[in-house]
Formats: sequence, structure tokens, C-alpha cells
Amino acid sequence: MLGLNKTDSKFLLIVIALTMLTPFLMQPFAEGSGLAQFNGGYPDLMQKVAIFGIFAVGFNILFGLTGYLSFGHAAFLGIGSYSAVWMFKLLTMNVIPGILLAMVVSGLFALAIGYVSLRRSGIYFSILTLAFAQMCYKMAYSVLTPITNGETGLQLSLDDPRILDGAAQSGSLPVTNLFGLAMNSTYKLEALGRVFTFSVGYYFCAVIAIIAFYMAIRIFRSPFGMMLRAVKSNQNRMKFTGLDPKPYTLAAFVISGMYAGLAGGLLAAMDPLAGADRMLWTASGEVVIMTILGGAGTLMGPVLGAGVIKYLENIFSKINESVLHSWFHWLPDGIEEVVVWVFARFTGEGWHLTLGVTFMLVVTFLPGGLVEGLKRVSDRLKRGNKKRDKYDDPDPEHHPDPSKHVV
Amino acid sequence: METILSQLLNGLDKGSAYALIALGLTLIFGTLGVVNFAHGAIFMIGAFCAVTLSRIFSISFETIDPTKTDFLGNPAVIKTPYVEAWFGPEMGHWLIDWSVPLAILFSIPIMIAVGYIMERGLIKHFYKRPHADQILVTFGLAIVLQEVIKYFYGANPISTPAPEAFKGSYDFGALLGFEANRIVYPYWRLVYFMFAAVVISAVFSFLRFTTFGMVVRAGMADRETVGLLGINIDRRFTFMFGLAAAVAGTAGVMYAPVLSPNYHMGMDFLVLSFVVVVVGGMGSLPGAVAAGFLLGVLESFASMNEVKSIIPGIDQIIIYVVAIVILLTRPRGLMGKKGVMED
Repeated sequence: MLGLNKTDSKFLLIVIALTMLTPFLMQPFAEGSGLAQFNGGYPDLMQKVAIFGIFAVGFNILFGLTGYLSFGHAAFLGIGSYSAVWMFKLLTMNVIPGILLAMVVSGLFALAIGYVSLRRSGIYFSILTLAFAQMCYKMAYSVLTPITNGETGLQLSLDDPRILDGAAQSGSLPVTNLFGLAMNSTYKLEALGRVFTFSVGYYFCAVIAIIAFYMAIRIFRSPFGMMLRAVKSNQNRMKFTGLDPKPYTLAAFVISGMYAGLAGGLLAAMDPLAGADRMLWTASGEVVIMTILGGAGTLMGPVLGAGVIKYLENIFSKINESVLHSWFHWLPDGIEEVVVWVFARFTGEGWHLTLGVTFMLVVTFLPGGLVEGLKRVSDRLKRGNKKRDKYDDPDPEHHPDPSKHVV
Repeated sequence: METILSQLLNGLDKGSAYALIALGLTLIFGTLGVVNFAHGAIFMIGAFCAVTLSRIFSISFETIDPTKTDFLGNPAVIKTPYVEAWFGPEMGHWLIDWSVPLAILFSIPIMIAVGYIMERGLIKHFYKRPHADQILVTFGLAIVLQEVIKYFYGANPISTPAPEAFKGSYDFGALLGFEANRIVYPYWRLVYFMFAAVVISAVFSFLRFTTFGMVVRAGMADRETVGLLGINIDRRFTFMFGLAAAVAGTAGVMYAPVLSPNYHMGMDFLVLSFVVVVVGGMGSLPGAVAAGFLLGVLESFASMNEVKSIIPGIDQIIIYVVAIVILLTRPRGLMGKKGVMED
């Protein structure tokens, strides 16, 4: 199907089913029940999961395949957001041109930044991309204020030209739309004591995410993807076979930059404002964390990582002490205080702590991320606790260590 | 002339901070071969050591003074710090006043302990792992430390004043024969610069002139052979990690009056000091120090109004521009050695 082999087609179909059914899947608990706060099925969060999934999948094309660890990818996210908002301001509120422009502009930036950064590898590459991203951030914050509106961030205003949309409706800002279908319109379905929200914005993001994911599968399975893996495993060998790693790596960098720009454009399409904070290096760190947590170099990993992190960010930060008390009220008083205190450190305001600790544990014990963890569990279930035969491992000489990074 | 001189002086204290952090980073990198993204967090912990000590000294008990009333007509409550009650008012006041310099003594054991625990507990297991994993795990650690600090001290910057004796500025202009009050320089920044000079020379002499330092340098060059000579190089490297943490921590302590400590200062300084290390050249101590001062001074020159009017916004991005230019023209940085981090 669509040029994929059987397993990949199945995989893609499963992903499509999951994304289409997300409003149901993320709403497992009845309204008003004690667990209702774990419901993540509201449009804002679902859109974020889809968008950051795209971002992480793109980042994975660079890091997972070539092993070049970029610490500056958030710059492309920011650039994409700015371009999309400018498109909304100048041309039309339709999201398609905005997103296309976001991809083109961030692709151009990625070409320039990648051309310079890829002259070095390893830690130098990481620092160079970091420096470029910080540079973009500082410039967006200060010098380029006419374009980026500095600290306030770029917003729509009533007197924007919007050439295609004609005269502005009086009084209120127009909303982003897809050929007249407003992005923020939702349809609520009440069934089984639950409320399912279907939002146009989410489904738009989901379709784009599926297309992006499909592209990623094709890249992974293509000869080009093979070249990128060759860059990661051994550049010298690659050169000896007469292949220049540089153009391949640069192409991967530009593709992942365009993915990031697409994600930025979508963010702006969901909520038409763009601020410089999106380009901070901690935001770049976030996408690195997502990719690693899910499993770098795997197809499903980054999406999984983005989903888990965004879900935790939204759900964990809502759990406060009173909620915790209602959970643990059955414990004896003294113990309850202690338990609630401990949990309160990791929830609500302290969810970053959870993120940091989880991330450290994953990097230390599960270098392959959640995907590897799931695989180990399923292997364990299949094989039982049978002692592994030494011949189970492939010949290390002809299968280089898969976890080796270039960095 | 006067503006150039005063900008040069202004660049020195920022440069000192960069140089001190970059020195610790390079020390860890050169000895252990570990890229430590948590080094900025250590600097931050140092700054909060200063905050902690000044808070400890200011713990007070309340007494009611019936002779005075406050503005509501109630008897006035007078707060007396315990140190003043114990050591007498003069000594107590002096202690509170000098809490920042005293925090250096207070922070050194703490920093060495932090460094030791970090190295033995976490980084030890990452020597043989790829650099990417080291970056990631220390980045996670930096997030954790930042959150812990945020919990204990809140998210707002905490101003930590320097001792009274160093308030005010020194008139450099008069010394050099310019008009009075043309080139002034705050005393505390002068102190900071001298402190940095002392620490940097101490670290260099330690590595250069002691047997211990010689062994460490030998270990940097060839770890295995030193191990074969019957020296427990791992233990020495752990000590070096503690030393690097102490250098960064004391740099943070002294920087507290310059910049009120807040929970994300570690991250801010980390990016800059990494740029400094890379410009100086990975694994080169003199390179890191030189690059730190160079970038600090350049940054303060770029913030001059004359320069800003020619290229607006240059003060924000000068460091990154310089780093990019240097990395592209001299791929190993200013003094980088061949073969470091080039796999």
C-alpha cells in the first residue's frame, strides 16, 4: 500500500486508527468520576501531542538516523511560527499558505545553518546549533522587533491587510480557518457518561501528522535513509566506498528543519501568535528529551515520547495538594502527610522534576527509550524467563553496535 | 580612550565568571572526558550557598520593646538576629555584612560533596557511553537541580548585597591621570576579578607544580598507562571533579552580589560557558580562560552605544557570532589540541 511493505502498511494503518480515535482514547474516564482529571481529550492537548509528534519525528530523522545531536531545533519552530503568522496577517486567514510558507522559510534557514554547522561533528556540532538557535532567539527578542514584535510576540490585529480575505469583519479578530472551516470549532458528543470533543483543529493537525509520519516511514525505508544510517555507523567506511556523507547529512538537516517549521506553522495555525520563547534552547532540549524518551532511531518512538511528555505536562501540572489529599485520605494521618508531601514535589508545580528524573532514568537504563522497554517486556512475555543462548546475539563484527552515536 | 578603558574593565568581571565556569568544564572534560551539562547548575548552587548563609545569619528572634510603638499604636517588635545576640552586636553585624565572602568557606565542602556524589553516583557510569548520552543525562540532572532550587528558594531573584566595605566605586581615572569620575569601577567587581585571578592561578599551579597535578596531567594524556604504573587514577579524577565543582561553586558565591541568584541562572551561564569552552578549544585550560576573558570583554565593547548605533543589537549576539566565526576558521578553537572530541 502506498509503496510500503506489508508490515509498514499495517503499522501505518494502526497509527491512522489511533490518531483518528484519539478523542475517544484520551477520554477513558467518566465525567465527574475521581479519575476524570486524567482525561486528556481536550483539543488543546490533543493538538499539542500531534504537533510535537511532528516536531519530534522530524528531529528523529536527523538525530536518530545520522546521530548528529542538534541543540537548536527550536529555532526552526519559532521561525515557522513567525512566518505563518505573517502569512495570516498579510494574505489570508486560511492556514494552508501559512503552513507552506513556514516550511519554506524554515527550510531555507535550516539550509544556511546546516551548511555552516555540519562542517563540524560531535559536540562541536551541538554547540554550533545551540549558538545559532540562541542567536536567532536574541535577535527575535531585540533587533528584529519590527518583524517579530519583540517581547510581546507577534499577534494579529484588526488593521492587517489580509489581501485575500477582503475587508475585516467589524470588532473581532478573524479566526484561522481551512477554506471557511474554523480551526477552533468543536463538536461535543455525549455518550456513555463521557463527553467526547471533536475539534477541527485537532483533525487538521492529525491529518498533517499522518502525512508527515508517512513521509518519515518512506525516508526510513529508502536508500537515502540507508545512507543516513551509514553516516551514523561509520563515516570513514562510507567515504571509502566512494560516498560523500555531507550532502546526505545536510539534506537530513534541512528535512528535519522543515518538519520543525511545519510544527511551528501548525502551532501558529491553532493559536495565531508567535513569541520568541518558542526558540529558547530549553525548547530544543524538550524535543531532544521527547525523542530520546520514546526511542531515537525508531519510527514510533518520537511520537510516543511527545505524547507522553505533553500528556504528563498537562495532567501532572494540574494535580495539586488538595487532589492528593482526596486520594490518600484513607491513610493514617501522619503517613498521609508524608505521602502527600512527597507526591506534591513531583506534581503540580514540580512536574519538571518528574520530567528530569524520568529522563535521567531512561538515558541511564533504557538507552533505546520506551520503545525498547516495550520490546523487552513483550520479549519477556513471549520467551518467558528462558536463559538466552549466546548464539541469539547477531555476530557483532558484521552488525555494528546499534546504540553507537556519532556524537 | 576613557570609554575603551572603562569598557575593558567592565568586561573583566563577566569574563572572569565565564573563565571560571569554563575552566571547571574543561577540567572535567579534559580529565574524565565527560561533557557535563550540569556544570551551570553547580555554579547556581554556589550562588545559592551565599544566599543560604546570609539567611542563616539573619535568623532572628523577636522581642517586644514597650518604649516604642509602631504606626498602629501597638508595642513595637524588634528583630534581633541570633548572631548579634551571641557574638555581640558589632561582631554579629559584621558577620551578616560579610556573609558573601564567608560563604566561600561554607560552600567549598558543600561543593566538593556535590561534585563527589555526582561523579560517584552518576557520571562514573557514563565514561564508556557516547558523548550524546553524557550530554543528555547531565542535562536531565541540571533540570532536576534547577527544580530543587526552585522549590526551596522560589522563582524570584534574591538580591544578595556585597559587604558594606565594598560598596561604591573606585576612581580608576584619577589613578591614570584622567579627569575624576570618568572611569569608575565598582569595588566588588574588582574583588571578583582578583578572586578569579587567584583561583585560576591556583588551579594552574596545582596542576603544574605538584606531584598530584603531574599525575592528573599524565592521566589526561594516557589514562591506561598511569593505571598500569600502580596509581589509582580514578580516585584522583574523582578529586578533580570535586575541585572543578568547587571552582564553579565559589565563582557562583562571589557572583551573587553582581547578579541576584535565580533558579535559571545556571542554564543561562551554561550555554555561554559552553560556547566559551568550544571557542577556547576542547580540553585546553589556558584556551578556556583566554576565551572567557576575550568574550567577556568583547561583549562589553559591543554594548557601547557607539557600537550599537552602527550595528543595532550586536551586544545581544556578539558572543555567538564570534563563536561561529572562530569555529569555522579554526575548527579546534583557539588552543584546542588535535584529536580531542573528533571521533
